[in-house]
Amino acid sequence: MSNPNEKIRVLVAKPGLDGHDRGAKVIARALRDAGFEVIYTGLHQTPEMVVRAAVDEDVHVVGLSILSGAHNALVPEIIDGLKKEGLTDVLFVVGGIIPDEDIVSLKELGVHMVFTPGTSLQEVVDYIQGAAPKRN
Amino acid sequence: MKEVNLEKANKAESTRDLASEFSGWEKRLSAGEKKFPSRPARFTSWSDMDMPLLSTPLDLSREKFDYLEDLGFPGEFPYTRGVQRNMYRGKFWTMRQFAGFSSAAETNGRFKMLLANGQMGLSTAFDMPTLMGYDADSPRSKGEVGKCGVAVSSLEDMEELFAGIDLGEITTSMTINGPAIVVLMMYYAVAEKQGVPREKVKGTLQNDILKEYIAQKEWLFPVKPATELVIDTIEYGAKNFPNWNTVSISGYHIREAGATAVQELAFTLADGLAYVDRCLARGMDIDSFAPRLSFFFDVHNDFFEEIAKFRAARRIWARLMRDRYGAKDPKSWMLRTHAQTAGVSLTAQQPHNNIVRVAIQALAAVMGGTNSLHTNSMDETMALPTDEAVMIALRTQQVIAEESGVTNVVDPFGGSYFMESLTNRVERDALDYIRRIDEMGGMMNAVEQGFPQAEIANAAYHFQRQLESKDKVMVGVNKHIVKEEKRQMATLYIDRSVEKRQIEKLVALRAKRDSKAVAAALEIVKADATAGKNMCPSILEAVKTYATLQEICDTLRGVYGIYQDVGGF
Repeated sequence: MSNPNEKIRVLVAKPGLDGHDRGAKVIARALRDAGFEVIYTGLHQTPEMVVRAAVDEDVHVVGLSILSGAHNALVPEIIDGLKKEGLTDVLFVVGGIIPDEDIVSLKELGVHMVFTPGTSLQEVVDYIQGAAPKRN
Repeated sequence: MKEVNLEKANKAESTRDLASEFSGWEKRLSAGEKKFPSRPARFTSWSDMDMPLLSTPLDLSREKFDYLEDLGFPGEFPYTRGVQRNMYRGKFWTMRQFAGFSSAAETNGRFKMLLANGQMGLSTAFDMPTLMGYDADSPRSKGEVGKCGVAVSSLEDMEELFAGIDLGEITTSMTINGPAIVVLMMYYAVAEKQGVPREKVKGTLQNDILKEYIAQKEWLFPVKPATELVIDTIEYGAKNFPNWNTVSISGYHIREAGATAVQELAFTLADGLAYVDRCLARGMDIDSFAPRLSFFFDVHNDFFEEIAKFRAARRIWARLMRDRYGAKDPKSWMLRTHAQTAGVSLTAQQPHNNIVRVAIQALAAVMGGTNSLHTNSMDETMALPTDEAVMIALRTQQVIAEESGVTNVVDPFGGSYFMESLTNRVERDALDYIRRIDEMGGMMNAVEQGFPQAEIANAAYHFQRQLESKDKVMVGVNKHIVKEEKRQMATLYIDRSVEKRQIEKLVALRAKRDSKAVAAALEIVKADATAGKNMCPSILEAVKTYATLQEICDTLRGVYGIYQDVGGF
């Protein structure tokens, strides 16, 4: 159903084996406080699990939090999975410890934005507010 | 009170005088504030405790401070001033830099470099798959092999990791929890192969599973069976490896996940109490295992708060062990601890500033009387540290030890009105939390109810909000920012070829080992787990057949089940 006032739904996901969830949980709470509908996957998700959650919840935004260095292996699998499921109209963001050279290659793969340490909550909120797809 | 009456009377009188003098000073202070107003800020510690402008003997008399009861002497109950009588005059704290990356052979090289440069003990970081009980060739390990630590999938990797290092001569710390029992048995097997007598095998296994559910989140099994595995190693270790610390009860990760100093202290000690309770439930004598319990705390930005935390930790633990559990061996009362500077305090912005942060934190740990210390490297917000960055971090400790003069004196802050008052406050607030956790039936129940997890998440969010509003300042992040800053620091890059080589090694291992012996050993592991036996003997035999880490862990998962994150925020 189209609804102009529909809340923006954001999936905050922790793919891979990395257990550092402080950032993911702080971001999830900040997004919720900013009025978004937030779905947090919990830890240790496989790429398939993240894709499944994104499809099931029909989200506007997929946000991955990765601090372990496994982004180059995990992000392409999730992007491919979303494409296969036909979920193309999604804002795709990544947060975590991502080296500069990898940010370039992640963006080429289709990641819209990479947030690195020191980014303020407000910057993340403002970005998602402005860039999330409007599905009217 | 231990003073004679005359002194008591004098003290009371001088306190009364002091009280009126103090209120006079306060009046003059507020008059002066009109001219030089204090900055319009709340004056709080990094953990957001309100801090006094000034402490006086009034604070201590109000709190009924008693030197002999509350401090005593170094090396004696309640150990507030430290666990050794002559502290760093006898020996410096152990300088122990955590290391591990890529393959066992490469980490072995870093170990040898650190030992050659004056490091006193080894400390091993494992990669994510190893921490989660997966082999390098598991689909779950894709992209993670050798990234955050060294990949260890079998005894073969462990042999390579310590090749050319005499395990009877050095002490080793291993940071692993979920599958800790397996890795410990691998280490014992390597020591056995080297012909090292059991009493000469010295070191520490982190093996603190409760804080995994609370903070670090590298778990395998549900809370109760996982905790029993920890108790298995304590029980087996007490009998077989008398100089090995089987558990390092860790506040580090709790703090890094966002806890305050008080929460870190309280949750860590409550985890310790849970292990003690489970050991006693098995009929073990408190003094048979308590001396081998060791601790691991974070040391964060706030200099005084951190020193107070270490002092309070020793006092609380000593009293609990003696008074709650009736421990008689002074070694059971002593809280011996490792410390690590706060990883979360480091910034990717202007990363050289991290050297300064680390030095201040390290100094606090030393002033707090730590027994062992890891100093973080300046580049650790971006990647695992380079050799150069590690060397600066190690040298920071050496400068404190050799040049600053602080090692001459035991507990130099002891007796400071402010420090004693702050130590009392940290202790009081931590004991409040411990009481609440006791009321929940102990930490295992509290964890299952998500209590510490929620407290930490709240504190983390509160801190982030304070950063956003600049109530808390991080230099280079929300103040004193350099515009258009380019990250120019060279960092260590672990490429995917490690994963490929590690998988090839595993394939070769599976082909050459005696697969019947492996299968038979795993059957015994399964049978013992099902029967609720101590798991150390069967796992030791299994690792010796070169059964892999994951094969052993999967066998246990089959019996115990797995733990699922509830995913609350």
